[in-house]
Amino acid sequence: MNLKELIVEDRFGGVFRVHRSAFTSAEVALLERANIFQRCWLYLGHDSEIAGNCDFITRAVGGRELIFNRDRAGAVHAFLNTCPHRGAMVVREKKGNALSFRCFYHGWSFNVNGRFASRFDEGNYGKEHYGGGCADLAQVPRLESYRDFWFVNFDRNAVPLSDYLAGAKEYIDLVADQNEAGMEVVGSGQQYIINANWKLLAENSIDAFHGFPVHSTYFDYLKTLGALRMESTGSNFTASGMHDLGNGHAVIEYASPWGRPIARWVPSMGEDKRPVIAALREGLIKRFGEQRGTRMSEFSRNMLIFPNLVINDIMAITIRTFMPAAPNKMTVSAWALGSRGEDHDLRKLRLFNFLEFLGPGGFATPDDQEALENCQRGYQNLREVGWNDISKGMPRQGPPMNDDEEQMRCFWRQWRDRIGAVS
Amino acid sequence: MRRNDTAALRGRIEDFLYLEADLLDEWKIEEWFALFAEGATYEVPPTGTDEHDPATSLFYIADDYVRLRERVVRLTKKEAHSEFPRSQQRHMISNVRVTGLADGVADVSCNFVTYRAKRGVVDTYYGKHLYRIDVNAEPFRIKSKRSVLAMDMLYPGKLTIII
Repeated sequence: MNLKELIVEDRFGGVFRVHRSAFTSAEVALLERANIFQRCWLYLGHDSEIAGNCDFITRAVGGRELIFNRDRAGAVHAFLNTCPHRGAMVVREKKGNALSFRCFYHGWSFNVNGRFASRFDEGNYGKEHYGGGCADLAQVPRLESYRDFWFVNFDRNAVPLSDYLAGAKEYIDLVADQNEAGMEVVGSGQQYIINANWKLLAENSIDAFHGFPVHSTYFDYLKTLGALRMESTGSNFTASGMHDLGNGHAVIEYASPWGRPIARWVPSMGEDKRPVIAALREGLIKRFGEQRGTRMSEFSRNMLIFPNLVINDIMAITIRTFMPAAPNKMTVSAWALGSRGEDHDLRKLRLFNFLEFLGPGGFATPDDQEALENCQRGYQNLREVGWNDISKGMPRQGPPMNDDEEQMRCFWRQWRDRIGAVS
Repeated sequence: MRRNDTAALRGRIEDFLYLEADLLDEWKIEEWFALFAEGATYEVPPTGTDEHDPATSLFYIADDYVRLRERVVRLTKKEAHSEFPRSQQRHMISNVRVTGLADGVADVSCNFVTYRAKRGVVDTYYGKHLYRIDVNAEPFRIKSKRSVLAMDMLYPGKLTIII
């Protein structure tokens, strides 16, 4: 297979195609592991998930089992969750708070900064076990954060996270700036399986084209409740489109049809919430000026950070990451992000808003899952019908629209450049 | 309450829960919704945790009465794509216990296994239902239903049917 030929781009003809074997091939999946998941910055977790000293969580990222924790001095670590002795996973709980970690297999112990902490009688182990680091928990090669979003990279020579994120930083700022005291992950989030290739969710998460055909029942629901507000903002800010953020990242931004707990009121939220949400909006405008404040309040943004992180600031804020388990199967983790110290009623409203659309029990996400799984099934016909068409908007003069497919083309160009690289 | 009374009440509640299960099995979803009292709630908490307040942690489902009604309305449409064509379901209930009774409202818990079949894939959901049931009403009315999955993640991926 010539990997570069999996993608055909004809700018003059206005055609962009992706071969469906990119979604089905085990060979492609192996190359993705080597050239994408071992080379790109991957989302690990949010700072608020390990808010206190000695807090830890365990998480699978990039095909690895990791410990994400804060040590006694408050420093953040990401360790490979495997005992340097014989390999057992050292931490088996999902989360907790501990002064040390102890492997249950033979009892090797570690301080929460990763240092080997067992003391055996003389004759059992040489000095290098204690001083040389060979018995310490192994750190991931690179761990860096931006605005409380922590990322790992398994490539020691990767560019700094800040360079990698490129234009995505501006859009992370639009989320992180929503509360002066910072943002936090609310609860444990949702973990589920989709029987489809992971790239189908990457595409879907920033795809406005499918919105009305797939989610008509969601929009019907908004209409019934009086939660659909389509009128314009009254501001002169009219940006509604798509931005190539570099390195395969892309965002779509558009006027919201739905309510936003921060800070766009709709009638279904109730009259009592109206002044509260107006005050939030005033606060944002005061801090950031009319244009940026209104943009943060009114507009929705769906962002994909290559390869597998979605930050959608829509009727609620969701952080979503997904990993291939097989060419036709992915595991998805999704969290709700809210303001730190948020008022109880607003937090409740935020979570209520999240669930009306998002997640396996929402009024929209399950239909996305159905679409993705149907695509994956449809790819069984790839010998006869081999290509996906991702051309929408190519002949357009001027900037792309948010319901064009340029954002997916950004993803696929990056994918092509990385998958075809010599590993 | 005397032992015989408890057993009799449990028997009536079991009949009621079997009726509920049958309505869901047969996709009589509007009739199912009619089993709920006005103001009722329907919830599915997150898996693998003991988080129990939808105001402070992210559930899978946290419907008030209006959203539950709209969930049912949605499921009657063929544009609810995840249930078109409709899946087939079977709801199994066991270990029914009446754990409290006050002011005509019974606290009821039971184990459940729900199977959902579609396009050659069988999804299995299992856990415990926690109900508050108005047993003075005739017929009984559900005041709240919480389905606590005994799964550490949502393996079936979707929660489109009422488990």
